[in-house]
Amino acid sequence: MELLKLFIQSVFIDNMVFSFFFGMCSYIAVSKSVKTANGLGLAVTFVMLMTVPLNYLLENYVLKAGALKWISPALEGVDLSFLSFILFIAVIAAFVQLLEMFIEKFSPSLYNQLGIFLPLIAVNCAIMGGALFMQQRAFATVGEAAVFGFGSGFGWWIAILVMAAIRERLSYSNVPKGLRGPGLAFIITGLLGMAFMIFSGFQM
Amino acid sequence: MKNKTFQSLTNPLAKNNPVLVQILGICSALAVTTQLKPALVMGLSVTAVCAFSNLVLSLLRNGIPDRIRIIVQLVVIAALVTIVNDVLKAYVYDVSKQLSVYVGLIITNCIIMGRVEAFALSNKPLPSLLDGIGNGIGYGAVLVIIGFVRELFGNGSLFGYQIIPECFYEAGYVNNGLMLFPPAALIIVGVIIWVHRTANKDLQEK
Repeated sequence: MELLKLFIQSVFIDNMVFSFFFGMCSYIAVSKSVKTANGLGLAVTFVMLMTVPLNYLLENYVLKAGALKWISPALEGVDLSFLSFILFIAVIAAFVQLLEMFIEKFSPSLYNQLGIFLPLIAVNCAIMGGALFMQQRAFATVGEAAVFGFGSGFGWWIAILVMAAIRERLSYSNVPKGLRGPGLAFIITGLLGMAFMIFSGFQM
Repeated sequence: MKNKTFQSLTNPLAKNNPVLVQILGICSALAVTTQLKPALVMGLSVTAVCAFSNLVLSLLRNGIPDRIRIIVQLVVIAALVTIVNDVLKAYVYDVSKQLSVYVGLIITNCIIMGRVEAFALSNKPLPSLLDGIGNGIGYGAVLVIIGFVRELFGNGSLFGYQIIPECFYEAGYVNNGLMLFPPAALIIVGVIIWVHRTANKDLQEK
């Protein structure tokens, strides 16, 4: 039940795009067609589901103050948390590289469809942001971290899908010249964000 | 040559602004701008990281194998961000608390990766350094504009000092609370891009 709460909270109330602006760059750049948006959303969700728990284990068994106790009691005073940025991003980059090779081998069609956006997932702020929030909120179990990662990725997926659908429709409308493209995309995201603000009133 | 080097500093300020034209580094640009002070600190931090990562990677550019360059870039950037994070914690602790995870997110700020990929790896150290500074300032300028609007209309203050006089409130003026919420930042960026593109006709999409 706790996990379900956490899931709903990270999908709707703490939506990555609408309340933290994470992953904005690829969100604006890739939301021109529903098909690619869908592929990217799926990839981001999967990478978050895997990397947040991985980084959680790293944080709790290597980086945190006293986390190295399990190797030998002498290491109890070691605090490696200043290394967390470098190690988190290394895990994410390595995982994305692995995923890229895997998809290229087993599903060339999906690989071609995602193209350049697959390696760019490594610098998608949503994923690094997920890792940093995981560190900040100090979840109790690795399961909670996994649910948080999945929920956040899923929320991002919903957001980019909604946006892509709206922008496909928008291409038929007559928009002032200076507002075409990113300008209008931002304003629409703002309006969507206002709609998502209603979730913040929920007591979980 | 001299002129071209100088241009790498001035170009990103307006004509090729990383936020407004290339739509990069939006994540942090929006999240830290509820007040002017964190916006300014964030702009300076990104300028420092962008300048030094450009410089370092430009110096290393002939020694990095092509296949592993992304990892090398990320490690250099992450190391610089770690230094910035510790400096902020030491000297401006309250702002560092306010910025929370967004300092760490400078690593994944696409402006920095983008400039390293597009400029530093194929140019000499000095132009790369200037390009980094120019892009950082271009980014910071947009942050300051957004922070100015949001703090003035959302709180009635600038840098924490009351600007809108008390008599306005007595006459019935009310702060716009929406300005402090995420959607307002998005709409302000949208409007800034609109104004910028109306002024620069060659950027408009057909």
